[in-house]
Amino acid sequence: MKQRLSTLMAAAVMTAAFAVQAQQPMKKAPPPAKAAAPAKAKDGITAEFEKFREVLEEDNPAELFEAKGEDIWKHKKGPDGASMAQCDLGLGAGVVKGAYVQMPRYFADVGQVMDAERRIVHCMVKYLGYKEEDIRKQPFSNDSKTPDHVSVITYVAAQSRNMKIAVPQKHPKEIETFRIGREIFDYRAGPYDFSCATCHGSDGMRIRTQDLPNLRKPAEAIRAYQGWPGYRMTGGFMLTQQWRMNDCFRQQRFPEPAYLSDSITALLTYMTATANGQVYKGPGIKR
Amino acid sequence: MDALRRTLLKGAGATGAIAAAIAAGVLKPSQALAAEWNKNAFEARDLAGALKGLGAGGAADSKDIVIKAPDIAENGAVVPVDVASNIPNTQSISVLVDKNPFPLAAHFDFANGALPQVAVRLKMGQTSNIHVIAKADGKSYVAAKEVKVTVGGCGG
Amino acid sequence: MADPMKIRAQMQGDTADIRVLMSHPMETGQRKDPQGKVVPAHHIQSITATVAGKLVLDGQIGAAVSRNPVFGFKVKGVKAGDKVVITWVDNKGDKRTDEATIG
Repeated sequence: MKQRLSTLMAAAVMTAAFAVQAQQPMKKAPPPAKAAAPAKAKDGITAEFEKFREVLEEDNPAELFEAKGEDIWKHKKGPDGASMAQCDLGLGAGVVKGAYVQMPRYFADVGQVMDAERRIVHCMVKYLGYKEEDIRKQPFSNDSKTPDHVSVITYVAAQSRNMKIAVPQKHPKEIETFRIGREIFDYRAGPYDFSCATCHGSDGMRIRTQDLPNLRKPAEAIRAYQGWPGYRMTGGFMLTQQWRMNDCFRQQRFPEPAYLSDSITALLTYMTATANGQVYKGPGIKR
Repeated sequence: MDALRRTLLKGAGATGAIAAAIAAGVLKPSQALAAEWNKNAFEARDLAGALKGLGAGGAADSKDIVIKAPDIAENGAVVPVDVASNIPNTQSISVLVDKNPFPLAAHFDFANGALPQVAVRLKMGQTSNIHVIAKADGKSYVAAKEVKVTVGGCGG
Repeated sequence: MADPMKIRAQMQGDTADIRVLMSHPMETGQRKDPQGKVVPAHHIQSITATVAGKLVLDGQIGAAVSRNPVFGFKVKGVKAGDKVVITWVDNKGDKRTDEATIG
């Protein structure tokens, strides 16, 4: 029952259509809104969205950021003449192909597990002379600026297009990070006593017109990964997985984690390794 | 100015050279073309004014203009619209969003083998009709389609 | 300087399918920044496309075209290997020209 109540709270807190959502599932909580009357109409809308989503994905402006990132990766030089050719994303110095779908992973040079975004920022600071404090000042894109590291992440991600996710779980630190990530996923706190699992830990959940993936299952865990980094239609800029994770915490009314924090790396390790074997389609488009 | 534009569009012998000159930056497109941006039409604040600016006030309804656009757009910031005219000798297509602050969104002249068809992505402030004007042999034709714009939603 | 365009040009039968992505803010002049100041209009006004040196598309656009514009059009009577040149000019006089070869 406790689980059911929190399900209802998820609908209540996160949707403006509070009254509609709360009334219908009240009789029998699970399966929630999916079985409710308006579902049919919503599915029609979903089909219409998907049809034109394909049109939009055919020419995704994410490619503009991919091109910019490629230019930085291949041509930009740091103050000592270093370049990203020296950056090891886990498959050897300068190897980009397939690297994105094999992170987070353990990096011996820093003695810790890093996710793709964290590793790329690390390399841009180390080799290209970017200042970490500058990057932290604006880690995510906004209306007026998509930061360089976001473009590089987009490029690296695109180089894993149509490849299978294969996050290593060999090094003890990789295994430990996965375990911590799972704990964070289930950790309930904040003013609404939420965890990631409240919305993403069981089947058949829905917010408004969107059905929510159960991220404990490989075939659904991919949905948290697919399409990131994503070109956001509203505003027209790129957003990364780190941004998405932070936004989940914001929606749960948690304090937002610091950029590139260990907790996000751990969550991404848990969620991505759970999706191992699924195919990543490259940078996407998000509403 | 108009003479140059017509010369360009007619694909007369000199066209290639002029286009190449533009491409090479010798002839600045800003001088040759941007000055001709149809200010009256683009800055009109209602559909009638925009149509007047386009010289398409008395356009006739046509079923030969095909508008592909979503019935419901997922996001009004990016509404994919694909328009094509099956009217013989179509020279230009204009796309207007009735309820936008400035209805005229885009106008295209076609020449030298370009099919009268274009795909664009538009901003729509709210649910509105999209009007498409095609001009052929000096006559204007019009068709319309409604696109509903939704709001809200999560981050994906 | 404006970022490069991405141009794709591919023969499909006897018709070239040309698609172009442009990097541009396409500010409407209606939006306010977080400080409440109106962001001035900044948008592309003119787009021209040539194939093998001949003008095929001459477009004028307003601020209602989405940010980072995407255009698609088709041209008959051209062939693989022909050069496509696309130029845009915005209301501030900034411009950008890029080219691609039909594949």
